[in-house]
Amino acid sequence: MGPLATTVTRLYGTRGWVTLGVCAFLLFVLVPLGNLAIPEGSIFHISTYWVTLIGKIMCYAIVALAMDLIWGYCGILSLGHGLFFALGGYAMGMYLMRQIGREGQYKMDMPDFMVFLDWKEFPWQWWNSDQFWWAMLLVVAVPALLAFVFGFFAFRSRIKGVYFSIITQALTYAAMLLFFRNETGFGGNNGFTDFKRILGFAITTAETRVALFAITGAALLGTLLLARYIVISKLGRILAAIRDAESRVMFCGYNTVNYKLFIWTLSAVICGIAGALYVPQVGIINPGEMSPANSIEIAIWVAVGGRGTLVGAIVGAGAVNGAKSFFTQAAPEYWLYVLGLLFIVVTLFMPRGIVGLYGQLREKWSRRAAA
Amino acid sequence: MRITSILLLLLFSVLARPAAAFDADAVRALVFGDGEQQVAAIAALVADGDARGAQVLEALAEGELKTSGKRILIVQGEKAIDAISGAVLSAPHADAEEIIANNRLRRELAGGIAALKLASADRATRLAAAKELSGGAAEAMLPLVRKALDREDDPGIKGMLEMIAAAMEIKSSDREVRIAAIRRLATSSNRDTKTLLLGVLERKDGAWVEADADLRAEAEKSLRVVEGQLAWGERAGLAFAGVSLGSILLLAALGLAITYGLMGVINMAHGELIMIGAYTTYVVQNLFKLHAPGAFDWYLPCAVPASFIMAAVIGMILERGVIRFLYGRPLETLLATWGISLVLIQAVRTLFGAQNVQVENPAWMSGGVEMLTNVVLPYSRIVIIAFVAVVLACMWLLLTRTRLGLFVRGVTQNRAMASCVGVPTGRVDTLAFGLGCGIAGLAGCALSQIGNVGPDLGQSYIVDSFMVVVLGGVGQLAGTVYAALGLGFANKLLESWSGAVLAKIVVLVFIIIFIQKRPQGLFALKGRSVEN
Amino acid sequence: MSASFKEFSGGAAGELAPARIAGEGLDATHGVVLYLDDISVSFDGFRALNKLSLAIDIGELRCVIGPNGAGKTTMMDVITGKTRPDSGTAFFGQTIDLAQLTEAEIAHAGIGRKFQKPTIFERHSVFENLELSMKTDKRVRKSLFAKLDGAQQDRIAEMLELIRLAGSASRQAGLLSHGQKQWLEIGMLLMQEPRLLLLDEPVAGMSDEETERTAELFLALAGKHSLVVVEHDMAFIGRIARKVSVLHEGSILAEGSLEQVQADQRVIEVYLGR
Repeated sequence: MGPLATTVTRLYGTRGWVTLGVCAFLLFVLVPLGNLAIPEGSIFHISTYWVTLIGKIMCYAIVALAMDLIWGYCGILSLGHGLFFALGGYAMGMYLMRQIGREGQYKMDMPDFMVFLDWKEFPWQWWNSDQFWWAMLLVVAVPALLAFVFGFFAFRSRIKGVYFSIITQALTYAAMLLFFRNETGFGGNNGFTDFKRILGFAITTAETRVALFAITGAALLGTLLLARYIVISKLGRILAAIRDAESRVMFCGYNTVNYKLFIWTLSAVICGIAGALYVPQVGIINPGEMSPANSIEIAIWVAVGGRGTLVGAIVGAGAVNGAKSFFTQAAPEYWLYVLGLLFIVVTLFMPRGIVGLYGQLREKWSRRAAA
Repeated sequence: MRITSILLLLLFSVLARPAAAFDADAVRALVFGDGEQQVAAIAALVADGDARGAQVLEALAEGELKTSGKRILIVQGEKAIDAISGAVLSAPHADAEEIIANNRLRRELAGGIAALKLASADRATRLAAAKELSGGAAEAMLPLVRKALDREDDPGIKGMLEMIAAAMEIKSSDREVRIAAIRRLATSSNRDTKTLLLGVLERKDGAWVEADADLRAEAEKSLRVVEGQLAWGERAGLAFAGVSLGSILLLAALGLAITYGLMGVINMAHGELIMIGAYTTYVVQNLFKLHAPGAFDWYLPCAVPASFIMAAVIGMILERGVIRFLYGRPLETLLATWGISLVLIQAVRTLFGAQNVQVENPAWMSGGVEMLTNVVLPYSRIVIIAFVAVVLACMWLLLTRTRLGLFVRGVTQNRAMASCVGVPTGRVDTLAFGLGCGIAGLAGCALSQIGNVGPDLGQSYIVDSFMVVVLGGVGQLAGTVYAALGLGFANKLLESWSGAVLAKIVVLVFIIIFIQKRPQGLFALKGRSVEN
Repeated sequence: MSASFKEFSGGAAGELAPARIAGEGLDATHGVVLYLDDISVSFDGFRALNKLSLAIDIGELRCVIGPNGAGKTTMMDVITGKTRPDSGTAFFGQTIDLAQLTEAEIAHAGIGRKFQKPTIFERHSVFENLELSMKTDKRVRKSLFAKLDGAQQDRIAEMLELIRLAGSASRQAGLLSHGQKQWLEIGMLLMQEPRLLLLDEPVAGMSDEETERTAELFLALAGKHSLVVVEHDMAFIGRIARKVSVLHEGSILAEGSLEQVQADQRVIEVYLGR
């Protein structure tokens, strides 16, 4: 019955593994060496600016993978993924704030914003926040819990499609308003910044940056492999089936709520981890990360790259954010035009994104040749 | 501009009365004396009620009073007047030093000037002065207020002055005067009255500050009356604020009720069409300012159709150019229209700058009806509520009584069938979408009268208006109305005890939970279940 | 042609033995597999089902006919848990109250449903369509680590033969012809090994030959499964019918053999109008 098994069962073929190997080499050997070992001024030197930028984009790529899992493979468009990203970031940020110690502007034990607000003791949210393991636990648990509870009720009530998207947008909007308040205890408008150390290492040194970069790279590769495992498993096929014909899946005897809840929560956790990696690299987290605009941008990364393909998500995150870095420096007033047009062009003309462009064009040509 | 005109009016009005002696010593004390002497000098000048004294006080408040050696000058631009002699000096006084008034002095000055203005012949000036004094006035002004009270014949101002006098008299040393004042305070619904009465009832270290028990009993009686009135005022104010916010939400959501509710097009650029409506109003306003300043008060009736047409045309272009290719793909529509919204925001930034622009109310819309002294209903809000009602009625008529409405309803119910019976579905789509966008433009026109107009205007309304439509039930005009008003009330009610931001969060969370219970919204029809 | 059915119903009998089909906990001791009693459903004043009562015996092949809007699809919605009845009871076997279960649980208990419009997973291959609908542990964790064993592969292969799609196993299901899609959906249903099959217009859009084969298949299935077939194609009904129920305005108007029903005066009125 061998030839009947038409489903993919291997993670990657030889070519795939080789490509991954090359990527790993670039991430873990070439960039660290290029930044640390090769002196500045040499054309092979990779500046810290680039290390941070690529590190940042890799965080976005992880988010894009999470978005692709839920949107590309399960058809659920979340407009609130920025919230999970920010929650992971805030969980990490709390720890980083505690690591500042007495080096803040007020030279006090408490973070500057608390001193400014004249708080005498830490609010309950900050319990145990000076422990790294606790921060790591929060990074995973907070997005997971929120996603699980929200998803449980939403999926159980059969909220789907645009409805779900709008509700997630409202969720992140509400959270943003909440975090803007000083009383919430997370620094209000300004959020957290001016970090000094992580695990005792000075956060701005090249070595720490490269280490964070490599960890982010490892997280990205790990997420990619995990996502790949999921999408080629039977579970992945069920998710895709839910996307295409949910009621048929239900009448096949699958409890689709559980499936959606699983992938939704997993996606949120991945976002949280990406946020936790993002904050020490860019050195700031504020409620702006929760704005609806940020969340919807994640969708466009995936759409640009090609949703429903994992490589597409990564490519899209890289392409859009690369363009963003370029434009915000070279011609900031044009960036919104570019981004806006990108939304329009991709949805109208490139339904399969950059990755699918080749196939799309080839089909067109062959059709033209046939005609 | 305004201040100088008031100043002039004041000058004329004071000059018109028999001149009292001008107290030059008081002016010197005001300028060269210490804090106490300065306060006394203000009281003296106010008590005199002399025009030149008033001028000096005004100058000090405006920062125009300067010293040059021993001379005291009122410097207004190039012109300088000797404050004592009144002589106009031509020589420039570059070395003149400004007299800095500290906060206490400023307060005294404001009270003093207001007291002087009570003598003005202009009703508006007197009203403004009375309002200023209601906030608290120095005891020294009492005789002046009394005098004004005798002269006053406007009932509104007279009432206010009586309260002001009572507030002063409550601190009097004469017991009878005090009790009379406390009784009179019971008729006031001014917020400050409550504080005043509470002051009489204050306790310090377990003992009454006020020793006289009768007086306290009177105060308590008055306080209860005042509190009752205040509570009513607050309730009325809350209700009005609720209706007002509800009407704004409704206006923002009405267009969406057509494009999303009826047509099923999820238009994330809806907020930006509101913004375009607001900017159109701004442009019309500027055109009037430039070409027809005399008719400026009537720019709004022109701006209303202009913003409707502008937003509708842009909406129809979007429908023809982008949205119609995405029918039946709601998530793609969502993303594409979001892109459109970004482009529109940036386009407005490029055209008008990133800063907020100034849209002025026409004169007939500024001010308000005073229901109770603590509740003022601004005309602008009242006009908007009426406007929303009119728009709603028009829309209802359009949808239920016209051929276009029939077509729209037909197409939304069964596109293929409508097409078969000869409805030009494409054109109907475009027109219906244009209508929805035009109403968004109207919303922008209305919003420009009560809020800031900037490129980000629409972003702040998009989540709210979608919530309204979703809560009301997609495709339900009546549901949209109820949801908007309900949300308006809920928001204001919560605001009154938890603050604006928390109220908004609570409302959003409530909607999120509510949608779980009734995914089809408040008023959705329970349709026959269709496959998939 | 019919050889393949024999092979299926005979050769693979071990796989489809009643004990396995019965599903866990289905108590059909009284010989009734589905029992609807006094079911009413209304949508905003419109009564889709009006005190409908219906009993399906084990192994029975029941045809349900009725004019448009008679409530046939709503009846299926109630049985499969998509619509909750306003009043009345629906029992699967003696003990399973369908009103308490979700769609997935009902499917798991042994009721399979074919939709009016073929609903298959268009972007999956034919093989995957069958794989996903196969009766297995359908919980999340199991699916994540699921591997097809030999017996399962065999079952899929047999089904592919039966529904004549063996040559298209790796084809994308969306590319199949309409009739093939209908067959694939029937195949998916059978992969679930249901006790009761609900088939909503199974031969719509099929060629005569395909219709004939479908009739043969249903006749072969009856006895081992219970079938409820809703159809407008009277020729097809005539080919397979044993007992026919006529649905009108949400309740059963007449029941009996096709000839009896067709002779019934009320039925003629309903169909031809007065």
